Amino acid sequence: MASPSALPRAGEGGRPRRRPRSAVQRGLRMLPVVPSIVLLLLFLLAPVLWSFYASFTDASLSGRGARDPQWTGLDNYARMLGDSSFPLSAWLTLVFVVASAILGQNLLGLVIALLMTRARGPVSSVVGIAVVASWVLPEIVAAFAAYAWFSKDGTLNQLLAPVGAGGTNWLYSFPLMAIVLANIWRGTAFSMLVYRAALAEVPQDISEAALVDGARGWQRLLFVTVPLIRSSIATNLMLITLQTLAVFTLIWVMTAGGPANASTTLPVLAYQEAFKFGDIGYGTAIASVLILIGVVFGAAYVWLLREKRP
Amino acid sequence: MTMLRRTVRPPAPGPTAAGSARRRARLPADIALAVIGACFALPLLWLVLAAADPQAGYQTRWPQAPSLANFQAVLTPELLFQPLANSFLLSAGTAVVNLVAAVLAAYPLSRYQSRFNRPFMYSVLFGTSLPVTAIMVPVYGLFVQLHLLDSMPATIFFMATTTLPMAIWMTKNFMDAVPVELEEAAWMDGASALAALRTIVLPLMRQGLGVVFIFVFIQAWGNFFVPFILLLTTAKQPAAVSIFSFFGQHGAIAYGQLAAFSILYSVPVLVLYVVVARGLGSSFALSGAMKG
Repeated sequence: MASPSALPRAGEGGRPRRRPRSAVQRGLRMLPVVPSIVLLLLFLLAPVLWSFYASFTDASLSGRGARDPQWTGLDNYARMLGDSSFPLSAWLTLVFVVASAILGQNLLGLVIALLMTRARGPVSSVVGIAVVASWVLPEIVAAFAAYAWFSKDGTLNQLLAPVGAGGTNWLYSFPLMAIVLANIWRGTAFSMLVYRAALAEVPQDISEAALVDGARGWQRLLFVTVPLIRSSIATNLMLITLQTLAVFTLIWVMTAGGPANASTTLPVLAYQEAFKFGDIGYGTAIASVLILIGVVFGAAYVWLLREKRP
Repeated sequence: MTMLRRTVRPPAPGPTAAGSARRRARLPADIALAVIGACFALPLLWLVLAAADPQAGYQTRWPQAPSLANFQAVLTPELLFQPLANSFLLSAGTAVVNLVAAVLAAYPLSRYQSRFNRPFMYSVLFGTSLPVTAIMVPVYGLFVQLHLLDSMPATIFFMATTTLPMAIWMTKNFMDAVPVELEEAAWMDGASALAALRTIVLPLMRQGLGVVFIFVFIQAWGNFFVPFILLLTTAKQPAAVSIFSFFGQHGAIAYGQLAAFSILYSVPVLVLYVVVARGLGSSFALSGAMKG
């Protein structure tokens, strides 16, 4: 593989060779795709469909609802709107995604990538390793490290003690802020890598021409660089939004959604309703909402990539 | 999973305006980057120092009596080897299932043109972006109905399916890069498509297959939520899950041992990442999905 651009694009396929004689033969040679299709139908599509079905029932982990779930129509969805925990959870999820992904990871990733184009090589490499390390580590290990960092006798308070600000139990008093910061710490590497790749393809003479024309730093960034990498920005925003929507382990280890639902995002709420309270019907209803959000963003993502192709 | 991409820029040319501006901007950029890097590295420093400190707490401090006692304490079959063996079984099984299914699917998609290709590849791309946590509640329900709970093979097939879209996407891109002319020669000699795939295409895309394998392996190795939900017996649980019970249920937490365990559990993933980033860093930036 010579360069990433040598990778052919989707949907083009190799060149067609060996025209088969009949439609049967044409069908037969697609046969090897079948195992993948079976797996995807059985383990991805079936759970999604089952989720929508179960969300209209009173299925539960134990008792009558486990043996013989009854059709309850829109009850679960009505309960969602009436319940105080769902609107709170939806709001927390929105804040979590906007603050940690769209603002935090995205902007910090862009800033790091931009700084790396100016900084000395060795500095960039070392900082790159530090940023990527928290992202490559298994999620549960990163979550423990973040827990240790924010806990009452953790490193953050240790650093704040000299200025007289130690002693706060961050995970208890500011749980949302703690998980937002932890997710920025954990996930910024992805945006950084995307933007490094994108900036490397920005022709240097364009931004130098702008410099000669008297454009200041931020003007060049806003009017020259950003428009040039806008498709990378769009894809990146889409992907980190989806990744952040799905974050469970980090929150589960750090706060378990608490205290009193103060950091319960939708995946944590779905888990709690289904497994802690045994209400599979309500849990799948919340999961179905999450899946629908995922479907909308996923479709937008496919559409964005499709746009780029002639 | 993405790879580190080294973008070594040539030094700014001569005494142009841009060149001198670039040099002037260099020191502030260095300092800003170093500060950001320190913020990212600090939380991990605790992990390393606590692992070497038998009296570790949540504070980051230099161990008073550094020793390997924490490592020795967790190096037991029950605490470490069994969970790591389970992790390996899950991850390797997931990677093998992915590789076999993805290679089989990628071959016709890459070599034959069909009306089916385009919609299938878009569905696959769509599948790469589906949030897996969202389907864990329904998957649990499905596994209960099918009596698959606590089954290692079923968990492997499920985990393989969650990474399969990305694996198919990457494998097809790697296969597209193998020129079809080489196979044609084999076809002329009467070799079947399967023989051509096995003897010509696969050896040529060895490196790509390695990337797919490692990509899937790393994902599966770090996966906590799926085995946490689907595997109930302690003897079957991978390190990602056993470490959690270690943290939550043992009353007084042995912080140093937790850190030592975390490090031992993370090492395989770090090594594999370095292998991929080193071997293919320059030639392989963001995996298929980003570049298309």
